[in-house]
Amino acid sequence: MLAQQLVNGVLLGATYSLFALGFTLMFGVLRVINLTYGFYFSAGAFVALWLTKQMGLGIWLALPLGAVAAGVVAVAIDWLLLTRLRWRPTAELDSLMVTLGGVLALYSVMTAWLGPDIRRLPPGLISADALVWGGLRVTMAQLLILGATIVLVSALLALMRFTRLGLAIRAMAEKPDAAGLMGINTARTSALVSFLSGCLAGAGGVLIGLNFNAIQPYMGESMMLRGFVVIIVGGLGDIRGALIAGLALGVIEVLTAGYVASGLKEAVSFAILVAVLWTRPQGLFGRAVVRRA
Amino acid sequence: MIRKILTATLLVAMPVMALAQPVPLGAIEVMSGPNAAYGTAIKAGLELALDEVNTKGVLGGRKIELIVEDSAANKDQAINAARKLIGRDKVVAIIGPTLSNEMFAVGPVTNERKVPTLGTSTTASGITDIGPFIFRTSLPESDVVPVTIKAAQAKGVKTVALMYANDDAFSKSGFDVMKAAAEKAGLNILAIESFGSKDADFSAQLTKIKALKPDAVGISALVEPVAGVLLQAKQLGFGKQTLFFGGNGSNSPKLGEIAGAAADGMMVGSPWFVGKTADNNAAFVSAFNARFGKMPDQFAAQAYDAMKIMAGAIDRAGSTEGEKIAASLSKTDFTGVMGPFQFTEHRDPATAAGVVVLVMQSGKFTIAP
Repeated sequence: MLAQQLVNGVLLGATYSLFALGFTLMFGVLRVINLTYGFYFSAGAFVALWLTKQMGLGIWLALPLGAVAAGVVAVAIDWLLLTRLRWRPTAELDSLMVTLGGVLALYSVMTAWLGPDIRRLPPGLISADALVWGGLRVTMAQLLILGATIVLVSALLALMRFTRLGLAIRAMAEKPDAAGLMGINTARTSALVSFLSGCLAGAGGVLIGLNFNAIQPYMGESMMLRGFVVIIVGGLGDIRGALIAGLALGVIEVLTAGYVASGLKEAVSFAILVAVLWTRPQGLFGRAVVRRA
Repeated sequence: MIRKILTATLLVAMPVMALAQPVPLGAIEVMSGPNAAYGTAIKAGLELALDEVNTKGVLGGRKIELIVEDSAANKDQAINAARKLIGRDKVVAIIGPTLSNEMFAVGPVTNERKVPTLGTSTTASGITDIGPFIFRTSLPESDVVPVTIKAAQAKGVKTVALMYANDDAFSKSGFDVMKAAAEKAGLNILAIESFGSKDADFSAQLTKIKALKPDAVGISALVEPVAGVLLQAKQLGFGKQTLFFGGNGSNSPKLGEIAGAAADGMMVGSPWFVGKTADNNAAFVSAFNARFGKMPDQFAAQAYDAMKIMAGAIDRAGSTEGEKIAASLSKTDFTGVMGPFQFTEHRDPATAAGVVVLVMQSGKFTIAP
């Protein structure tokens, strides 16, 4: 049973990491706490739902299209909500309040438009059979999430380290004013980061929706709390930190529920959050990798 | 002389004005947020019944004006809604709120103001203990769950694991009832696991339960997490040898829509069923379907009956005073789509005779063989 519980934990943790990637990227570069992130997650899932149900597309087309659509939504909403705030001295607090109001309005509009019902992607989209290996069971959707998380983390790190865009993003994360003086188009780079982060949220929404079969307007809201724990424990803006913290959180939650008491599952994750903020507010893994890489 | 004529005219006119004036009736339901599906179904049921009631009207032809407030499944918002309905809209009675959680917050307020409050979907125990103005038409779980457990035992179930959502009064009280009923029936409870009603991952709890090999797993939660549990149980390799059964929250067609084949075999006791063969039920189902373009669920059916019960009580009371309506409500003798209905002295439904045990088959509930 321990082996299966560890597998459960890693797979759950992969969903947390996947969700937190774009969130931490956005914070690390734009230095805004963007609570609308959860909405991009929901938006990606709904676009994929529409593409697969109404247009009859398969998951391999619906996944990237859902991600890109969420990216476009993110650029538009971030531009609308955050452009005015970005250069204010209190941008972090202002963005928190503005996006909190914004995201609640967005969820409400989405619920009014699409209804509150829980939906699921068409059952045949991906094989529901579990792979059984010595008593361990893993489904295709779970493997897909794990694989996507690993690929996306590697791709993001490579982008940050080896491309001109990555250099521009890192420069902006370090000192936005100086980056602007050096000829980096900061408005365009901000929009690109919004887009990337929205794409990551959207991809997460599609894959997690595929795994848990619970697509509804507020699905992003419940993930946001876990997302906060992951990016704070992993370090704000730290991509590798988000991966490690997400996996660790998943394993700890599953072990708590499996061996201590299922009612304490959430208490443990948030106790970790508080403990990290007390002892290592910069996150367990040190400085932001976006800025350092 | 002129004054006399004026007075006479006024005297004649006043009853006419009162006649034309609608009777304001409040409803507090969850219309937004993750639980909005319940409130939406209830509102539809209320509106359908309202149209029928208003063809004749109450108190000699006055129409009922229904004012629906959104509680968003939030206790504070539900209390504010009740204050607004009583203070500004001057409602004569209130239907709702949707969740037992909300009733525990709203009930004391409306009871103090002597506004009769009729829960249509509040099944937790202790609801009517709030006070003499609190009624409910929904059968408490303690009447329904034992019927389900009896049906499970008939299938040879001897050991059971129980799961419930620990952050919701409805789910917790349903679990208490389920546990008491399982103990009373002599079932051996192997494990008790909890989760949050917004959780999507139940793998840790299910892996633990699977290792204990119970004959059955009982779940007390709202339909969304129940569907999630069933889907994940399938992923984790629970087979047909494990029987799943649920409380009132599982009793929704949504279970089949979300969980699909993973829900097959799930047993649920229900105070109402869409395929119940009674004349008034068939008429209700087709009228609901014609107006809203979908099949009614239990919550819509309960609301439909509740509106008629409330309208009947107001009419018989001959008054819009809370005390008179409450007295008249408690004398209700009504036959609706749920079956025959009366209140106990304690303002709960008097009979569980209408309970049917349903089984999921290919994503749809059918009456258990």
